[in-house]
Amino acid sequence: MRYVKPESYEAASALLAAEDGIARILTGGTDVLVMLKAEMVEPDLMVDLKHLPGMHDIAAEDGGFRIGAAVSSAELGEHAALKAMWPGVVEGAELIGSTQVQNRATIVGNLCTASPAADSVPGLVTANAVARLHGPHGTRDVPVVEIPVSPGKTMLAKGEFITSIYLPARPVGASDAYLRFIPRTEMDIAVSSAAVSLELDAGGTITAARVAIGAVAPTVRLVADAGAAIVGTKLDDDAIAALIAATEAACSPITDKRGTIEFRTKTAGVLAKRAAHIAYSRAGGKT
Amino acid sequence: MKMIPVETTINGDQTEFLCNADESLLDVLRDRLGLTGAKEGCGTGDCGACSVMLNGRVVCSCLVLGVETQGAEVETIEGMADGETLHPLQRVFIEEAALQCGICTPGILIAAKSLLAKNPDPTDTEVRYWLAGNLCRCTGYDKIIKAVQKAAAEMRAA
Ligand SMILES: Cc1cc2nc3c(=O)[nH]c(=O)nc-3n(C[C@H](O)[C@H](O)[C@H](O)COP(=O)(O)OP(=O)(O)OC[C@H]3O[C@@H](n4cnc5c(N)ncnc54)[C@H](O)[C@@H]3O)c2cc1C
Ligand code: FES
Ligand code: FES
Repeated sequence: MRYVKPESYEAASALLAAEDGIARILTGGTDVLVMLKAEMVEPDLMVDLKHLPGMHDIAAEDGGFRIGAAVSSAELGEHAALKAMWPGVVEGAELIGSTQVQNRATIVGNLCTASPAADSVPGLVTANAVARLHGPHGTRDVPVVEIPVSPGKTMLAKGEFITSIYLPARPVGASDAYLRFIPRTEMDIAVSSAAVSLELDAGGTITAARVAIGAVAPTVRLVADAGAAIVGTKLDDDAIAALIAATEAACSPITDKRGTIEFRTKTAGVLAKRAAHIAYSRAGGKT
Repeated sequence: MKMIPVETTINGDQTEFLCNADESLLDVLRDRLGLTGAKEGCGTGDCGACSVMLNGRVVCSCLVLGVETQGAEVETIEGMADGETLHPLQRVFIEEAALQCGICTPGILIAAKSLLAKNPDPTDTEVRYWLAGNLCRCTGYDKIIKAVQKAAAEMRAA
């Protein structure tokens, strides 16, 4: 394996594009080095990008935040303004692994590993987050929801990598939440998960809603019907029942040692309900 | 494989070593530099026995490449005592018998020290969550939590 720290974004994409063998990018290393150790993936080229400009920055931009690809989960949790605006995104990132893992793991690595159970991805999806890609043909912006295409696979072209994630501005009276089900209290992989992001009007009626679910399909899934089910409501019982029904209908999980199809589907609905209540009260709504 | 020269600071000392691209910081510390305090429990980020400080943050050294530490500051358990004087956490762990086999102890001490630097007066729950990535097969954790709290109280009073 060769280890390279390219001196620019252009050099990095040229290097990745020219590699005929297996290339991996090293940010936190908490997935890629585990796979290396386990000999699940034996890269020929490891490209470290952490030193490149902007990689460690959390910068205010157009009322939202641009997060460099090398920002760790711990650093996200320490950023008070970001956490206040997107608490659900940050709580997803803060559920990744232990203190030690938190200090290294990034949301970009979480996204690019493309696990259906990736804890930071549902929150990014409901936030309408956009990834900035750099490649041999320049830069382009791609919504986070489109990045993972199947377990372990992303839509990134050869030579492309993510330089930052953009979290957009949001109006007052808006918030989000993320919940996962695990059999332990920490350090485990989600059996199912749900994120909800809401906007309310002055009277507390939901004017916009996005719901995403994890670990219940090959990729994290945005459930448009579940969001639509609660728009125009204050999360009354009928709205919640419709939210749960739409969430369950969007689940197509597998049965494995962590949980059965039925259990995953049922808990995804319950988590969507609970996350909706948390997001609603964070946004200032009263039920 | 071509060995790569790396310059880093370990426990305040400028250090140079040669390592392979795919070699972990843990292997570099133990096999090349003779710093065997950090232990390998799992090698995959789950147990925390290999915990060290990297640029002021506690990390699993099994999930860091040696080559990544070029220009970095690394602190290991070997740098925790001040000469012959143990750090309060080290001393209290002995006094309170917060260890049995001791494999997990270097990692727990490093992680606990980083917690107390950030939060000098944690609740038991905060200690438990902070140390969730440090597994111990012997003690049942209770004595570890108590020892961290006792050392924290001592450090606050100092
Ligand atoms: C003990 C332990 C517990 C864990 N617990 C959880 C958990 O609870 N929830 C969870 O979701 N995950 C968990 N993980 C998995 C892992 O920590 C996360 O997925 C993490 O977010 C990965 O980020 P990273 O920066 O370490 O990625 P890396 O390992 O550095 O990279 C991961 C992948 O992304 C690619 N990549 C990295 N950066 C870029 C980039 N800029 N552009 C394009 N591709 C890129 C790499 O090529 C690689 O394939 C755990 C891991 C460990 C070891
Ligand atoms: S040896 Fe590094 S976490 Fe277990
Ligand atoms: S004392 Fe033996 S593992 Fe903790």
